[in-house]
Parts: sequence; structure tokens; C-alpha cells
Amino acid sequence: MVVKFDIKNLNIWFGAIHALKGLSMEIYANEILSVIGPSNSGKTTFLRMLNRLNELELHFKIQGNITFDDKEILKIDIELLRKQIGMVFALPLPLPLSIFDNVAYGARMHGIKNKKKLAQIVEQALSKAYLWEEVKDRLSTSAFKLSGGQQQRLCIARTLAVNPEVILFDEPCSGLDPISTAKVEEAMLKLKKDYTIVLVTNNVKQAARVGDRTAFFLSGELIEIDKTDRIFTSPEDQRTDDYISGKFG
Amino acid sequence: MKNSKRTEKIAFFFLFLATLLIVIPVGLIIVIIIQKGIPAINWQFLSDMPRQGMRAGGIFPAIIGTIYLVLGSIFFALPIGLLAAIYLSEYSKDNFLTRIIKLAIVNLAGVPSVVYGLFGLALFVVFFKFGASILSGSLTLGIMILPIIITSSREALESVPNSFREVSLSLGASKWQTIRYIVLPNAIPGILTGTILGLGRAAGETAPILFTVAAFYLPRLPKSIFDQAMALPYHLYVISTQVPNVDEKIRYGTALVLLVLVLFMNLVAIIIRYQFRKKKKW
Repeated sequence: MVVKFDIKNLNIWFGAIHALKGLSMEIYANEILSVIGPSNSGKTTFLRMLNRLNELELHFKIQGNITFDDKEILKIDIELLRKQIGMVFALPLPLPLSIFDNVAYGARMHGIKNKKKLAQIVEQALSKAYLWEEVKDRLSTSAFKLSGGQQQRLCIARTLAVNPEVILFDEPCSGLDPISTAKVEEAMLKLKKDYTIVLVTNNVKQAARVGDRTAFFLSGELIEIDKTDRIFTSPEDQRTDDYISGKFG
Repeated sequence: MKNSKRTEKIAFFFLFLATLLIVIPVGLIIVIIIQKGIPAINWQFLSDMPRQGMRAGGIFPAIIGTIYLVLGSIFFALPIGLLAAIYLSEYSKDNFLTRIIKLAIVNLAGVPSVVYGLFGLALFVVFFKFGASILSGSLTLGIMILPIIITSSREALESVPNSFREVSLSLGASKWQTIRYIVLPNAIPGILTGTILGLGRAAGETAPILFTVAAFYLPRLPKSIFDQAMALPYHLYVISTQVPNVDEKIRYGTALVLLVLVLFMNLVAIIIRYQFRKKKKW
């Protein structure tokens, strides 16, 4: 398996809060890695480290090493890194633009101006996110007119339009109903072929449904990472078992 | 139970009274100025030069002078203020120096306007040798309204949800692209509000233009930005206190024109702001 991210002894602080403690793990290409754990376990911090969004926070401090395709991520040009590593946020966050402009935003920022080319990128991205059929007749309407589930798929399309290698999902279904959730999960499973996916989720069942491997975080520490079947059937650590079976969390 | 209802009624009465007390003077000012000023308003008054030592004729040069000064001050203050606001809210780190700068800007808004006038006289009129001119006056007024524009622009920029910035950055947009395409378009209504406030202030102040541009009596239009000009607030001061035997209706007519001019400029800005707000979708 190709190692996409290699994380070694990573520590992150926000001021006095030690958010990630001595994290070491690998993320493979073309896998869906689910990250589960109760709130404040450092899952989102971990995710936002991969595209360096954490650096926007005040009093952020990092120690340790993360490589992306064998390159130190802190040394990669930050815009290039984020172009290669897309992110879908917890809440559907359309930009205050039309549907078309939302999807075309990233491509435009990377200098694509040709209208035909943009239209093609938008159609492809929306198709991949299973939204094209629903919105193709109203691309110029505001993205805020879409339903929550559609908005979230729009956000996925917007991420895909930049043509990343990795997609980070930060609890992408936390605000969605079961049907919309199923659609987003379906999209994820299809996307695995072409992308590496890291999925942070509060929904343990979701991790079981879509994850190839699952990592369990607790209080900023990685407790266990293994094949999803193993984590859910015979975890090594008692705490993992307790969390999955709902004893706490 | 009964008691608390009565307390509420009393409280309501005083709150209403306080609100009414604010409305009454505003209403009275407008009514009196309109009542006494309207008889003076005719085409000649608006479009003619003052004559007979400002006791007759029109106030055209003062109207033009005020328009020049307001536009000039916005021309200087809006770009600089906006850029400073962008720097302060988007780029600057929260450290001792930027906190001092922010505090200084807030305090600058409280500096008496005559102090700005004196400052403009020393810096622009004397030191830069612009003389008493539209340029000096515009710059002085511009500096006076800078804090208003910076403060309101900063508030407008900071009210744009952070999540928009994160989305844009996460798509690989640079910080400047994020500001240019996401933050600024959504902050424009708030920025315009600040501009409106600044506009009204620049049009109405007398002290800052006293030493820097205002001509006592100049019955012709300014020829360049290095020329002196008449301006409505100063003209009003002059005909009310410095020139004897000016007809009352001319004084109130001048005040009315100044009032309408400021209202008109505000109206234009409000319409522009409304157009932008309509487009805002969150």
C-alpha cells in the first residue's frame, strides 16, 4: 500500500491546551480512514492539521512530523497543499454565491478563466457528487436555495472541482437526515477509487459502514487504529470496545 | 403581581419619554429650518453667485465647494481607511502594537474637530505649502473621517463569518483571494455605512475647513484643487455672525440646502448599500 500521510510523534497545542498527544500513524492512498472518538478527543484538530487549517487559530503550536507524499507538509506551499487536500466541513457551508460559482470558485482561484473549461469542471464535479441531475437547470440560483443535503453535496462537488488527491470530511453528515446521509456516504464510497478519504465522524455506525480502517481517538491520543472489521469485532483496547458499544461517548 | 405590572408600566413610560425627548429636538430643528428656509429657496438662490456682501444673490459657490470637499475627503479617506481596516482585521497579529494602533484609531474619533483644523493648517497649508486650498481642506477632512471609516469597515469585515474564510482557504485560495472575492463583497454594506457617516460629518464640519480652505467671500467657482473655495457650513457661520444685516431667510435657506445636500448624499449611499444587501444571501 502506498503511504499518503506519514505522521510521527505529532503534538499540537492551542495555548495551554494539549490537543494532540504524541500521535503516530499512517494514512494510505485510496482508503477511507474513519476517525472516531468522543468530542474533545482531537479528531477535528487532527483533520485540520492535514490541510493546515489549524494554523489560523490563536496560540497554535506544533511539534513532530507529518509528511504528505514523502514531503514535509509544513514545507509545502500552503495553497498548493490545500489544492491537493480538499475539505468538506461539518455544516454545509456554501459560499454566498450561485451554485455554479460555488463549484467554480476553487478552479477560478487557481487561474482557470476559460468559460467552457469551467462549465466542464462544474458539470463533472456535480456529477461526481450526485447533484448534477438535481441542479443542472438552475445553476445560476443561489446555493442557499438548496436543501441541507444538497448543500452538503454541493460542498463535496466544490472540493472535487479543485481536483484534489485527498478529501477530508469533518463530520459531514452531522446536520443531515438519514436519506441525505446515505447519499453522501454513497458518494464517498464511489470516490474512494480516485481519492484518499479521511472521515471524522461522531457516528460510529457510519465509520463501520464506509471505513476501510478506523482510528479511535480519546483525549488527544490515538488509542487504536486497525481494519474497521477488527476495530468493531475484536478491538485490542478495552476503551475502544466501551466507546463502540456505547458505554461512554 | 399587580405591583410588578405597575413597575413595568412606569418603566415603559420613562423609556418612551426618553425616546420622545430624542425625537422632539430633531423634529423641531427640521421643521424650523424648513419653515424659515423655504422662502429663500429658488433657482437663483441655488445657482447664482453671492452679491452685495452675501446679503443677496445665491450660494452656488458654497454648494459646489462643499461637494468638492466631501468628494475630496472621501477620495482620500475611503481607500486608505479601507486598506488599513483590511490590514487590521485580516492580517495583523493580536499583539501590543496593533492593540495600541486600534486604541489610537478609536481615540482619534474623539479628537475635537478644531484640532484637526489646526493640524491641517500646520501640515498641509504651511509645511507642504498647499496653501489654503481644496486639497488641504479635503486632506484635513479626510483625516478627520478616517477613524469613522476604519472602525466601521473593521466591524463590517469582522462580521463576515469565519467559516467562509476557512472554506475559501481550504480550496487553496490565497489569503488575498479570500479577502478579495469572499470577505470584501460581503462587507461592502457595512463599509458603506461607515462611508455615509463620514460623508455627513465631512459635509457639516466648520472648524477643520476654517484654516485650511474656506474662503470668506469668493463669488466665483474654484479653478483647481489649489484654489480656495467657499463651503456651506463656513458660509453659514459667516452670514450668521460676521456679516451684519443678512436676511434671516438667507441664513435658514443656506442651512436647509446644507441639510438637503447631506441627506441627498446619504440617500445615494443608502441606495447603493441596499443594492448590495439584496445580493447578500446569508
